[in-house]
Amino acid sequence: MGHPKKASKFVANSKRMHWHDKALWFVRERRDLATHQLDEWEELRRVASEIKTHTMDRLDYYLEEFEKNATQKGLHIHWARDAKEHNEIVLNLLLTHGAKRVVKSKSMLTEECGLNPFLEKNGIEIVDTDLGERIVQLRKEAPSHIVLPAIHLKKEEVGKTFEEFLNTQKDNCDPTYLTREARKHLREKFLTADASITGVNFAIAQTGGVVVCTNEGNADLGASLPKLHIASMGIEKVIPRLEELSVFTRLLARSATGQPITTYTSHFHAPIEGGELHIVIVDNGRSDTLSNSDFKESLNCIRCGACLNTCPVYRRSGGHSYGYTIPGPIGSTLGASRDLQANRTLPFACTLCASCSNVCPSKIKLHNQLYRHRQNVVKAGLLGAKKRAILKVSSWVMKHPLLLDFVGLVVRKVVPILPRSIVYSKANIWGRGREVPKFPKKSFKELYKERKK
Amino acid sequence: MSSRETILNSIKKNRPSSTIELPNTDISHVKYRDRDKKFATTLKSVGGDAVWLEDKSVDEFVAENYRDLDVIVSTYLEFNGSTKDANELETPHLLEDVDLAVIKGEFAVAENGAVWVKNPKNHHRALYFLATRLLIVVDKNSIVDSMHEAYKLIDFSRAGYGTFISGPSKTADIEQALVIGAHGAIEVCVLFV
Ligand code: SF4
Repeated sequence: MGHPKKASKFVANSKRMHWHDKALWFVRERRDLATHQLDEWEELRRVASEIKTHTMDRLDYYLEEFEKNATQKGLHIHWARDAKEHNEIVLNLLLTHGAKRVVKSKSMLTEECGLNPFLEKNGIEIVDTDLGERIVQLRKEAPSHIVLPAIHLKKEEVGKTFEEFLNTQKDNCDPTYLTREARKHLREKFLTADASITGVNFAIAQTGGVVVCTNEGNADLGASLPKLHIASMGIEKVIPRLEELSVFTRLLARSATGQPITTYTSHFHAPIEGGELHIVIVDNGRSDTLSNSDFKESLNCIRCGACLNTCPVYRRSGGHSYGYTIPGPIGSTLGASRDLQANRTLPFACTLCASCSNVCPSKIKLHNQLYRHRQNVVKAGLLGAKKRAILKVSSWVMKHPLLLDFVGLVVRKVVPILPRSIVYSKANIWGRGREVPKFPKKSFKELYKERKK
Repeated sequence: MSSRETILNSIKKNRPSSTIELPNTDISHVKYRDRDKKFATTLKSVGGDAVWLEDKSVDEFVAENYRDLDVIVSTYLEFNGSTKDANELETPHLLEDVDLAVIKGEFAVAENGAVWVKNPKNHHRALYFLATRLLIVVDKNSIVDSMHEAYKLIDFSRAGYGTFISGPSKTADIEQALVIGAHGAIEVCVLFV
């Protein structure tokens, strides 16, 4: 099922759709407030984009540097070609350490790899500790946003879920109460965990350490209690030196939620005393994207979520309508690069308004990428029959000026006198939820000619 | 071929050869006329407090402001009010009951209310996250404008752990309602001495 079908379910409840739209727009506005306080904001974006581009173009060098320096500091580096190998490495580490209970903080990569179901199948209890992720985990849903995993849920729904799983008071859906209950529930999990898994926001080649940013403190708590800490990262997470962090830490939280920085920005260059820190570096298709000059920029993403918050399509269709691990503009381009056939509707989940490109802290030209993916979808013959036919006819009409004038004239004269039942018949998918505007008497061309006289 | 080689080879084969140099990160940036004030208001906005200690010791400050707490632990050497020694504990799990941790911060950042905490002498970093309240003691002359200055002061030539802490832990995962106190500290005060 493609994006339009899934989105139509979401928009069927228009009150809820507007609520979702507003919630995300609120986050976007907070981002604007934060960024407008810095005169150097655009300069920061430029530098971030150059750092990322530079690093991607020498990625092998920086990854080897990272490996060398991390190993020197006593960290263990693993390499995984794909999701399967990543999951096996993680499982193997857990088994050799006798770990049965694992706490995990937010990591879109482990989502991408399907780590949770894999570990569960192998008898490991894995608990997501980010509040939003815990909520969706209990509900057996996927995160609907990369920074705000439960943004699609109302507090009443969260209350019900907690009633069922955490025995909270009936019908109490006060966010503070629910958060406190989750804190208690997860404290217990932290204290009894045998191992922790975290994502990685940045890996520093020069110093051989990784940086993890959270607001809740869940990554830190997890990584500082059990002896085994496994951090999973995509190959694109590496940056050259510590000082590049001065740019990224200034951009990340401001772009994500409008905060000046995340509550915790932790630099791991050692395991806890007597513990082990393992880092799994995952490719899973990323190195292929590097070769494509049209799409390689998508690897510059720092996963702030700003492009989701600003996207008019995302805000009104919800994260689950994309059917890909990462929703929104960045997910649509990554998904299409990964598997064009499976994700062929995603490049069209876009109005080409370019708002995403304007907010992206790494200056990824997301809308250009989606536009190019569309062309590839057409070239690969993956467009639906109806759309293909419409495009064929309209491009033929547009190539013939006289015909175009004539069609325009007929439409202007005929449509206004047609009964509604015909104009908004089933065949007119465009007319679902939209009103045809009032047609002008004369075409632009006619008006232009008259003016010139 | 090992996965390592496969991945590195694939990158070598696919990556373009760049013409873009690593840019200078030290761009011209915001400076605050009153860094103390900027730090305090920013920290306030993220749920924390900043206090400047005048003619009083940290011991006295704690005695006055944190009454009736059972377990107080400190990694700040000049503080004498600890009820147990964290470094003596066999496992970090035993810090679960800490009501107040008095810790040392290296410096503070005005633009975002963060304090850099890195203390190789502290055996259990879990202390920073398990304690219900954090009192971070920082030298009053150690406030910098922004992260550009901050990273000049950070060194990881040796193994270790360090973190920026900006206010108490928080979440807005339930309907965007901000709740202070997620998994880490519920209260954070930065004390300048
Ligand atoms: S593409 Fe840009 S805006 Fe979107 S999540 Fe990535 S860094 Fe943020």
